[in-house]
Amino acid sequence: MSDQEKEPIFSAKNWKLFTAPLDRNNPITVQVLGICSALAVTVKLKPALVMALSVTIVVAISNLVIAALRNYIPDRVRIIVQLVVIATLVILVDQILKAYAFDVSKQLSVFVGLIITNCIIMGRLEAFAMANKPWPSFVDGLGNGAGYGLILIIVAFFRELLGSGTIYGYPVLEKIGLYSTGYENNGMMILPPMALIVVGLIIWFQRSRNKELIEK
Amino acid sequence: MKHFSNRYIFIFSTVMVVVVAALLSLAATLLQPAQERNLEIEKKRSMLESIHVPATKTNAVELYDKYISESFVLNSKSEPVEGVDAFTVVLKNEQKKPLEDQYLPVFRATPDDGEKIIILPVEGKGLWGPIWGYISLRSDLNTIYGVTFDHKGETPGLGAEINTTPFESMFSDKKLFEDGAFVSVQVYKGGADPSDIHGVDAVSGGTITSKGLEKMLVDCLKKYNDYLLKNRI
Repeated sequence: MSDQEKEPIFSAKNWKLFTAPLDRNNPITVQVLGICSALAVTVKLKPALVMALSVTIVVAISNLVIAALRNYIPDRVRIIVQLVVIATLVILVDQILKAYAFDVSKQLSVFVGLIITNCIIMGRLEAFAMANKPWPSFVDGLGNGAGYGLILIIVAFFRELLGSGTIYGYPVLEKIGLYSTGYENNGMMILPPMALIVVGLIIWFQRSRNKELIEK
Repeated sequence: MKHFSNRYIFIFSTVMVVVVAALLSLAATLLQPAQERNLEIEKKRSMLESIHVPATKTNAVELYDKYISESFVLNSKSEPVEGVDAFTVVLKNEQKKPLEDQYLPVFRATPDDGEKIIILPVEGKGLWGPIWGYISLRSDLNTIYGVTFDHKGETPGLGAEINTTPFESMFSDKKLFEDGAFVSVQVYKGGADPSDIHGVDAVSGGTITSKGLEKMLVDCLKKYNDYLLKNRI
């Protein structure tokens, strides 16, 4: 604990832990983790937002718990321990929401399974929390959750706009009268392959700006 | 990484499992009353929604008592069954019984326009899990007054669209019978003819959910066939 007190809570190092996953170490576009859920929940903005928030909370808190226990977790059963922590957290949160925020829990029920199996969470526990102190691990979790959520929201924005003609359920294209000119929604955008293509375009855009990310 | 003995690993795992199990069962037990109350409110809200009465969490129970005047249970021969509360009948459990033993709940409601409405619950399978809903019929017991659907885990943005107003509102004024024969309501991939009184559009990208919903309507509503024909005006 004494080391932590010396280091300011938002030191440059910790700030970098938070910002790196947003761009140059993004879990989806650079580490290529969590793709499966990125395809499943990005048809509309609302579920994408719910998923982004849930994953951020779960990855941050499970990082915190695992980092706090890291010196007591036997190496040989660490994956099981990580899985138990994640699953317990997700179920606990779901139970509490069911009792006190029923509407949110109905939104979330679909995602519970997807959160538990999200590779980003396991990936961060294994790669970061097992070897770092609780606070930096918590920040790392927040950063990775935010980086994941950012891509989810960008993908969902384009898929919802082009596929359904709405933004967060609001019929923008209808309001500006685009349909009367003969425009039609692109049904392809609703189907999962288009999420992969949009993610691909984001990766292309990101790497054209940041040459370091291009594999040799 | 420190080396841990087998003994430590066993103890660690045991303690972890016991702690987690205790935590989860404690949470489940403590939260159960609140969760069950939410489910009851949710059921009442859905029924009210099928007769176009918007209810919130706080006034659902009150509005339910105001609008839903009567409820009873029929058996498969459309005879009333005494001593069963229609509200507590769980359709999923009924569907596992043989047809002769099934209870068929019916709710009577009177919305503000004074029409005598009946509400019938339906339950079936979507793509990933159960889907269910309430169908309300006008006093001719043929024309749909309103519907509400819900689901456990259909894909967000695709099959999950069945519980949105644009999908549900297509069912209003569709008819279940054609010349006294039960035909139900069909979903059409690529869109139904607007003049078709038995057809609605399927959800794009949610074909299996839509087809499951169509099957749910046929399976559940045809059990009421005799009752609907006998009591229509």
